[in-house]
Amino acid sequence: MYVAVKGGEAAIANSEMLLAETRRGDPALPEIGTAQIASQLSLAVDRVMTEGSLYDRELAALAIKQAQGDLLEAVFLLRAFRTTLPRFGASEPIDTARMVVRRRISATFKDVPGGQILGPSYDYTHRLLDFSLLATGGAPADAPRAPVDPGPMPHVLALLDREGLIEPERDSDAGAPVPDVTRDPTTFPTDRATRLQALARGDEGFLLALGYSVQRGYGRNHPFAGEIRLGEVEIEFTPEELGFPVTIGAATVTECEMVNQFKGSAKEPPQFTRGYGLAFGHSERKTMSMALVDRALRARELGEDVEAPAQDEEFVLYHADNVEASGFVQHLKLPHYVDFQSELVMIRGMRAAAAAGAPTAEPPLRVAVGED
Amino acid sequence: MTMSSTTGRPIADDPAVTLRRRWMAALARTERTSLEDAWSGLAAAPGYAHLRAPEIGMVMVRGRTGGTGRRFNLGEMTVTRCVVRLADGRLGFGYVAGRDRRHAELAALFDALLQDESSRPELMERVILPAEAAIRRAEDVAREKAAATRVQFFTMVRGE
Amino acid sequence: MTSLLAVPAAPGFADPVGDAQRAFRGLLDAIAHPGRIVSLDARVAAPAPLVPAAAAALLTLVDFETPLWLDAAAAAGDAPAWLRFHCGAPIVADPSPARFALVSDAAAMPRLDAFAPGEDAFPDRSATIIVQVGDLHAGDGWRLAGPGIETTCRLAVDGLPDWFADALRANRALYPCGVDLFLAAGDRIAALPRTTLVEG
Repeated sequence: MYVAVKGGEAAIANSEMLLAETRRGDPALPEIGTAQIASQLSLAVDRVMTEGSLYDRELAALAIKQAQGDLLEAVFLLRAFRTTLPRFGASEPIDTARMVVRRRISATFKDVPGGQILGPSYDYTHRLLDFSLLATGGAPADAPRAPVDPGPMPHVLALLDREGLIEPERDSDAGAPVPDVTRDPTTFPTDRATRLQALARGDEGFLLALGYSVQRGYGRNHPFAGEIRLGEVEIEFTPEELGFPVTIGAATVTECEMVNQFKGSAKEPPQFTRGYGLAFGHSERKTMSMALVDRALRARELGEDVEAPAQDEEFVLYHADNVEASGFVQHLKLPHYVDFQSELVMIRGMRAAAAAGAPTAEPPLRVAVGED
Repeated sequence: MTMSSTTGRPIADDPAVTLRRRWMAALARTERTSLEDAWSGLAAAPGYAHLRAPEIGMVMVRGRTGGTGRRFNLGEMTVTRCVVRLADGRLGFGYVAGRDRRHAELAALFDALLQDESSRPELMERVILPAEAAIRRAEDVAREKAAATRVQFFTMVRGE
Repeated sequence: MTSLLAVPAAPGFADPVGDAQRAFRGLLDAIAHPGRIVSLDARVAAPAPLVPAAAAALLTLVDFETPLWLDAAAAAGDAPAWLRFHCGAPIVADPSPARFALVSDAAAMPRLDAFAPGEDAFPDRSATIIVQVGDLHAGDGWRLAGPGIETTCRLAVDGLPDWFADALRANRALYPCGVDLFLAAGDRIAALPRTTLVEG
């Protein structure tokens, strides 16, 4: 049954005005600018760009301001905006080996060409609140500089690959079309490119929990952080009318390569396997979680039993998107007056039947129809 | 000939293409204000028309599984494009990340001007080389600050 | 110098957003009311042999994700460069992977089964064929029925091959698969989607 209910226009208009006032907060305080958000809340901007699936620092900062710092609402705003823009095409694949590296660590080898570069990291901070930040004013001292090692900084896993100790990662079919979850409905089983796109857009909290579950034993996994790197890569795009790639700008990305449990067969000697994470901005926890879940989702292709939630691609891919999840959870706020009336009628009838001594039946399962 | 990995089409392994890609990269990555200054500093600003007025859209940024494997879609990036035609018929293309219409237009104008071999040396000198130097300087600063956070391991010998 | 692909002399829509929205509205009206002749009021100077309605439809509907097939007459002149520039569409030599097709010489057009009819699971993965015809008139010719037509309507088309009406009936039998057609004459257009029944 569908019942149209009208009313509430004035209440909604006034609610929006109250929201604008609440968002602004105390007018005696200076209004926060999007440039400040982009610059000083940069990790929030990075998350919103990654899950909003649109690299644009200013727009992400605007979305965060408009959403009062609710990052999932900001992701939603960015996703909505991207649907208004035409897509000119797809970039050349970014080359993370040519990154201008600002951070690069490996948990598998102490001595790697290029070294362990901590970059800007919270890892070694003491997680003590810094009360000096309560007082504003005063720029921090310039970060020290040191001579740059002129040598190469190869991917750490390339070292294992050279010895044949890890499954190779090659572009075996360069001309194959690249699946796009924003264009085509997802059909199962999925390929890895589909999953990586969905995971890149996926909610960091959800992927973090799944990655954690994998480490705790829900899914065969024994990961090492082979390499995490952060820095800037050039983005190249080939316009149809030019026919050659042009650099359109640069983007900050984080990449995580996990080394996982071996696989071997009668024909192949055992090798390490891989999990991969890639995200816009400085998104380390996200890319590590993504790499763990990527590896877990490869269970089927690697001949492992699918037993744990993180290995179940339908479960993971259907629930990773926080815009979809938020919409379906929050739709429960919408009027369900008629649905609920029908349940009231039913439970009163069942109670009346029970009081009269009739056998009770199981209540029917509620199905999303009518007002839903 | 090499192959473009996006289109599978051959791209010319042509020094002229290489040079043009170089200046288009510098025009896209430099600040709009520096192009604006260079444009107003031209002895005579050429007349031009839009073959494609500045237009904001997106490019889907792709990565590779494991960094080197098959391509996958990471997420989109805003980009603004513009195509201009100078009075003499030369076309200039601007493709610039972000949503700055004027930047894309200026990039297209300088792309057109740089195709004229007589004015190219001066424009390379005044616009492209300084832009490349600024980009390289910023990258060098980032690398040097990163280098200062490189771990210098030393081993403590314990026991015998 | 360095552009490998010819860049067209002619501009596309004067007002890309407004003109494309107006053309889209017209195409929507046409396909929602099969057989109805709709003027697209297209202000576009496309290279020969493209007629304004076909050019406007292509500028509106085709982009880099929709491979475009052109018949020999359209593939010969300036049209490919113009379409590649303004639509960004890859132009394919074989009709089967095309999501859009332009037929400028209807008399020599391939049979409809040369184009993708979609799949049962994804009937949307089919081709939309824009056929340039001599003329369109309402009130006589084929009797059309089906979704979007209250009872029946009449449409007469000049310049189509003899087999066309039979091919439309065969196409309808493929439903939910099948191709969709637009017939363009000058700046007017009419649609024959796969759901339309053609009598006589």
